[in-house]
Amino acid sequence: MIFDALIAPFIEFEFMRRALVGCLALSLAAGPVGTFLMLRRMSLFGDAMAHAILPGAALGYLAFGLSLTAMTIGGLATGLLVVLLAGLVTRATTLREDASIAGFYLISLAIGVSIVSLKGSNVDLLRVLFGSILALDDPAMMMLVAMSTGTLLVLALIFRPLVLECVDPAFLRSVSRAGGPAHLIFLALVVTTLVSGFNALGTLLSVGMMMLPAIAARFWAVELTGIIFAATLIGLVSSLCGLILSFHTGLPSGPAIILVAGALYLLSLSFGPQGGLVLKLLPQRHLEA
Amino acid sequence: MLKHLTLCFALVVTSTMAHAQSKLETIASMSIIGDFVRQIGGERVQVTTLVGAGGDTHTFQPAPQDARRMAQAKLVFINGLGLEGWLPRLVQSSGSKAKVVTVSTGVKAIREASDGHSHGHDLDPHAWQDVANAKLYARNIRDALSAADPEGASFYAARSEAYMAELDQLDREIKQGLAQIPPERRRVITSHDAFGYFAKAYGLRFVAPQGVSTEAEASSRDVARIIRQIRAEKIPAVFLENISDPRLMTQIARETDAKIGPRVYSDSLSDTSGPAPTYLDMMRHNLRAFSEALR
Repeated sequence: MIFDALIAPFIEFEFMRRALVGCLALSLAAGPVGTFLMLRRMSLFGDAMAHAILPGAALGYLAFGLSLTAMTIGGLATGLLVVLLAGLVTRATTLREDASIAGFYLISLAIGVSIVSLKGSNVDLLRVLFGSILALDDPAMMMLVAMSTGTLLVLALIFRPLVLECVDPAFLRSVSRAGGPAHLIFLALVVTTLVSGFNALGTLLSVGMMMLPAIAARFWAVELTGIIFAATLIGLVSSLCGLILSFHTGLPSGPAIILVAGALYLLSLSFGPQGGLVLKLLPQRHLEA
Repeated sequence: MLKHLTLCFALVVTSTMAHAQSKLETIASMSIIGDFVRQIGGERVQVTTLVGAGGDTHTFQPAPQDARRMAQAKLVFINGLGLEGWLPRLVQSSGSKAKVVTVSTGVKAIREASDGHSHGHDLDPHAWQDVANAKLYARNIRDALSAADPEGASFYAARSEAYMAELDQLDREIKQGLAQIPPERRRVITSHDAFGYFAKAYGLRFVAPQGVSTEAEASSRDVARIIRQIRAEKIPAVFLENISDPRLMTQIARETDAKIGPRVYSDSLSDTSGPAPTYLDMMRHNLRAFSEALR
């Protein structure tokens, strides 16, 4: 019975196995990355990035036609350019990070839309570029897994300066010059994770898997390590449950996974031990019990 | 008095001459209807197609120049049956006085073939996939052109007569071509369920992993059902369409023994260098694709 419901779909269908592997790979990288984004108050960064990559994707399309590789590389290049410019502006001026990113991503989006209309075609480039979790082919799988591995390794290397940069940038500046580079490397990691996620799984799933588990994890732990661990766990659980939910109910798979993650978020928001609403509203009863 | 009359006469003559020289400005919502109007209108009619070759009519976003063309047009040809949900707003916002002609008027519409999904409209709009309906389209277009440009009526009648003969010929070709396929192999999988009328008219069975509209996202249950069905019924071929995501179809083919057939065209024509620049070419191309993969 339980076997039929939970295991059998993955044994019978290769696309289910691929979807699961792709989603787990994304969760492993997206958990920690999303946690840092949340701590840096950049939770809306993913949505901005989904639009910022348009000009590169469009140029790739103009030069090579509907080639996914060309469009992905183009998108990656514009994404990196946008965060690099935004990061430099934030460091050089008084502008906040979110404001400078908003500025550059809007310029980028406008350029992208103009390039697409120059061609006079109404092929929806981003819809072509953004993949679906049910159609993970070998290149998309390899890219996701490679991205996930690379992200975790690089994150381990820059972990200490990055944490300090989040918590106490002034102190870090007084003892080391690693803060700036660590921040830019981190932003580059976010862009790589997101763009390969867009290509393989689509926007909703990539951005959703990056932010929702991290935000939910905030209600379970205070310490950074704890939050990262909880975020990754929530991501993995949502992937598995969402896929099974979609298989049995007929909900589209990407939204189903995000719905499960969203439900876990609402659950954490209500009952989480670190600032969950129920504990906040009923402090007395909690102490008595 | 006589002088006045002559002047009036002269004015009338010059205005009708000017009218005869300028072409009738028309708009077609999509490339297939544009082709029909071009075939029947010939050199008397100027056709602008809103959704060009390779575009997706279901999710089209109009641009300002489309509104400008709309304002100048005398006639706007649309398919109807819920295909162009965006069009009424465009006609209104452009301030156009154009007459909107629904070319599918009189078609016996079929319900959309999807199972359990509802996409807001439940009629299948892809009526042109049955050549008998294409003849109806041609007749409706001829009538609308003749009403807007009465002097050209005999011209349009002659051209539509010739085009009807070609459509009849096409209809025979499709029936003969498909008759050569063994009945148990007349089964095909395509993404984007657009061949309902073709299936009904010519007896080929189509199974689609997505609903009738390209807007819906596939669920893993639907994809699993399709894969089980291909395995159980031994469906010989999977076809990609010119507008849908090919990755999903490739994945389905990999998990079954079905082979991937060449691209078929359902919603829009190809550009002039492609295999389906006109409706007749499109239907012949699809016929060839189906019969080669299924034989």
